[in-house]
Formats: sequence, C-alpha cells, structure tokens
Amino acid sequence: MTVHLDNYREIAGAEVLDELHIVADRVRHLSLQNINSTPVGGGVAEILTRMIPLLKDLGINASWDVIKGDEAFFNVTKAFHNALHGAKETITDEMLDCFRENTEMNLRDMDLHGDVMFIHDPQPAGLIARRREIGKKWAWRCHIDVSTPDPRVWNFLRPMVEQYDASLFSMPDFAQRLPIPQFMVWPSIDPLADKNRELEPEFIRTVLEKYEIDPKRPLLTQISRFDRLKDPLGVIAAYRLAKKKHDCQLVIAGGGAPDDPEGAEVLREVHEAAEGDPDIKVLLLPPFSDLEINALVRGSTIVFQKSLKEGFGLTVSEALWKRKPVIGGAVGGIRVQVINGVTGFLVHSPEGAASRAAQILADPEFGRQMGENGHQHVKQNFLLTRHVKDYLLVMLALEHPGADIVDLV
Amino acid sequence: MPNDQPFHFHTERRLVELAGRQAANLQELRDLVAEVPGSSIFYHTHHLFLSHNLSRHVVYNQFAIWAHEAIQEPALSEKLAAIEIYAFTSIRQLREELLRVIDEHMSAPNFELRQAPRDNLFHFCQSKSFIFPTGVTAWTVPEFFEHLRHISRLSLYFHFLEARLRLERKTNDFSAWLEGRGETQLARAIDALDPYSMDLEGLKSKILALGAQHERPVA
Repeated sequence: MTVHLDNYREIAGAEVLDELHIVADRVRHLSLQNINSTPVGGGVAEILTRMIPLLKDLGINASWDVIKGDEAFFNVTKAFHNALHGAKETITDEMLDCFRENTEMNLRDMDLHGDVMFIHDPQPAGLIARRREIGKKWAWRCHIDVSTPDPRVWNFLRPMVEQYDASLFSMPDFAQRLPIPQFMVWPSIDPLADKNRELEPEFIRTVLEKYEIDPKRPLLTQISRFDRLKDPLGVIAAYRLAKKKHDCQLVIAGGGAPDDPEGAEVLREVHEAAEGDPDIKVLLLPPFSDLEINALVRGSTIVFQKSLKEGFGLTVSEALWKRKPVIGGAVGGIRVQVINGVTGFLVHSPEGAASRAAQILADPEFGRQMGENGHQHVKQNFLLTRHVKDYLLVMLALEHPGADIVDLV
Repeated sequence: MPNDQPFHFHTERRLVELAGRQAANLQELRDLVAEVPGSSIFYHTHHLFLSHNLSRHVVYNQFAIWAHEAIQEPALSEKLAAIEIYAFTSIRQLREELLRVIDEHMSAPNFELRQAPRDNLFHFCQSKSFIFPTGVTAWTVPEFFEHLRHISRLSLYFHFLEARLRLERKTNDFSAWLEGRGETQLARAIDALDPYSMDLEGLKSKILALGAQHERPVA
C-alpha cells in the first residue's frame, strides 16, 4: 500500500507538512533521481520506498533506480562495506577490476536523467564518471560509517567521491575529511510502518501473552541483534540489580542471521545467563516480525539500548516514539536521541543502567514524562518527514553552492 | 531618522554542514576555535536553541558541554557556559572570549591535557541557512506585534539571534525596525532582553509583554 503525505498530517503536524510545501516550492523545477544497489531489504531501500511517494505528493519529479551487478560484484561490495567499517578484508586487484567492470556496465546501460542525482552508498558511486558529460548536480549519500576505513578501499573510492558536488553523512562521527561540502542528515523512522504504527491494546496483550509476559508487571526490554556490541549480558546484569529493588520482567529479543556464527554463540551465552529466571524471556524472532516487535516495545515500561558501540541506533527513536524512556549506552547516535535525564538516561555500565531503571520504576510518573519528552524529541527530529525536508534542502543547497546564508527573497 | 518601510517577517530552514575538523583534546579544540569559520563558532553556541525545547535547564554552549562530558573539565565547562554571549555583537569578539577562557584554563599550573574518548570527539559543524520570506508584513507597530504573536520559533531565532550576531547587524531586526519608526524606547527595551537566559518561547512572551506595555502605558 502506498502511503501519501496526507497520512502524516495528524502524526507529524500540519505545520510540518506546510513547511515541506514551502521548501518544495523552491525545488519543484528540478527532478530528483535516486540510485542505490537494491530494490528491497536494508534501510536504504526501506526509506526510499516510503520517501519517493511523499516527494511526488510534494510535486517533485522523484524517481528511484537500481544498479545491476553480477554475484561477484555484490560479493565485492559486501567486502567493501565491511572494510569501510574497519573490518579486516583481503581486497585483491581482481576485486577492484570487478567493481570497475560492473560500474562500466551500469554507466553504459543506465538512464541518468535527474537534474539532481542522489547516489546512495559505495556500490553505485562510480556513476559519477558521467558527470562531465551530462552536467547534473550530484550528491553522494553515505549511510555507513567510513570514519576508520580500510585504506585500500577508501583510496579506491575517494577519487570518485571527490567528484561529487556534495556528500551526505548520518553523523559527523561517520565522515571523512573531504574537499566537497558535507552535510549531516540524520536517518529517520517511519511512524506509519508496521514497526512503529499505533496498535490496538488487544493486539499488544495477545503478543505479551504469547510470550508468557505478565502485562500487569513492569517490563524492561532490549530489541537488538545478538551481538556482543549490544551488550545483552550487561542488560541481564542490569535487570538483576534493578530487580533487587523493584519487581520487573525482562525481554531480550532479536533476529538472527543463519550465516552469523558469532550471533549463535552470543545467543547461547544469553540463554545461559538467563537460565533459572522465568521472568527473563529470550526471543529469537523470525524475519518480518515488525508488528510483534512493535507490540513488545509498546508493552514495555523501559527500553534498553545498552550498546558498547553503535551506528546511529534507530531502535532508540523507535522506542522513544512509543513514549518509552530509553536507557542507552553513551555511544554513537544514541547520544543524540537520548537527552540525558530528559528522554532517558545515558549509561556506561550495567550498574548505571540498573540504578536508572530502578529510579524510573520507583516513579512511574517520571517515566511517563520522559516517554512523552522522547515522543516530542522524535517528532521534531527523527521522523521521515524531517528526512524529506532535509533532502529538499540538499537539492536547494546544490543550487546555491558556497554561501552559508542563502537569501531566498 | 524615522522611516515608513514595512517589516517583512522571514524564517529560515537549515542544513547542518560538517567542517571536517575535529578535536580530541583541549589543545586541538583551542587551535580549531581560533581557525574555523565564524559560522562554526556561531553554530556551536546557538544550535541547541533549536534542536529541542524539552528542558529549560539545558546549557546551549556545545564547547561547555564537551568540556564536561568528553574531557572531564567541569570548571572549564562552567566558565565556558558562563560566557555572556549577549555582550558581544560580533563573532570575532565571541571567538576571542572563548580563546581567552580556554587559554586561562590551560595556563593553570596543575593543568593536564586529557584525551576525549574516540567516540566523543568535538566535530566542528556550521549551518547552511536558507532565509525564506513568510509573506507576512507589518506596516504599523500594532500590526507588527499582532503578527509577532504568530511567528514560528525559527522566524524569531532568525530575526533576534542570527541577525544580531551571525549577520552582525549589532541589534535584533525588531529593535532596528522600531528604532526606524521612532519608537526608540521600545526598541531599546527589546534590545536589552538577553535571549540566552531564556528559551525562544520565553523570549517571545517577553517581547510581546513589552509591546503590550507600550500600547497601554502604566498611568
């Protein structure tokens, strides 16, 4: 089902939609072509699926195309992805050739027609080679953290990136020093997606009962992959400490990738740590569990995101949007979503997480107020509508390079 | 000299631009504060006014926040937060004051340079601002205050904070216009409001109260 701009009027506020129209008026004469590497799966495809109809509703001629590539190419780009994140990968000359060959094929076959081109992530970055020939405005939208990349991969990509008119990063911490303007565009959540939309209380209760959670007692939850960097064992330790002061239950839920041996190992450790406590539920959820995850968060009293290292960590905004106070590790994007003491607490240890959880459990009104603050914070900063506005402003920025104040009289 | 030009309300939309420079300790912060564009100094002392309005007790100066959270310098943090930004009408002056406070702190005999955690570096940013006409225009002083009641936070921010310091117009746009209308006393009373001691909603209420007082002077 296609969701339209008007569906966001009540949720985001009429003034937000008016603002989008005001900005769109200034770029309506420009077409916008987005290019990424996959039509489904992954955050980029998810956002573009939602965003393109909204841009069209605003009168922007927006389109989205996907590059082609053989299996070898996508293996190479996966290795690139890991290497850009700082993982050890062997990158051979053959792999670089494979990237070049597939880029050449796409350069030959693709219709690059936008007045403004948004190229998402490294896979299609080489399309910039046609910039001189077709003379459009090009922005490279980098959704990943390239702050500590494998130098071989970054040195390969960097000359491409430097030809763009601008780059877009999700956080300053993810960026590289580049000779082109770099804008910060936070990612966003879609309040109408299954993961976030309002649910009937009856449905929430059914999901809690399915997992034998008592809806009458406080519930602490962490939803994350089974990964050591999400510190699930620290969450269990925090829960045990908090429980000495206040009765509560704990859910640790996450998906598992079949090809992830570390995930299986972490899951085993979590089960072991939870053993003997019927109030801890460890749930390995299958793919497409968005509605159940939504219900588990809505049924919670407090949500943890006790990561030791984190990208942006949009699970925090997903919980704040549902008016849940979040206790998060003071790392990555958690720090901009959790305003310490206002929308939740930033912590550095299981002990810190436990004492903050106990504080909220002791004063439900305080927790409710934090949840309300969190909802407002997300409404102002992390909804899809804000993301759309930023993209429109990037289009405008590409039209007005240079000046830091642009007078649009 | 009095003029009869109308007041055009504007508003702004902004993108955050990364300066690509970061500091991992106080020395690096100091060197970059001396070097980055003025718009970056303005950004880090003003941006939080707009990012949320959930807490009345937030420190707006991001240099002060970083000094406290990343390099554990609470005394420096307090001194930076206590800088009276409203005393300055140019970024140059504000930059010099930041440097003076940092230099003084670093010259203390027991000063030790501490490194920030790798994931909490100070990333210098600036904003790229687009100024939009709202289409709202006031021809008279009463009309001006009536419109002011309905303007957005961003519009207030632009005319009061950006105009005065980032654009270095020396005073806010409202006072400049009222002064031109011959309303010198009212213009000065509004100019005397320190926006850094309140949030934007509080600032608007105070300006409106001054306007109401002006229309109905106390006998």
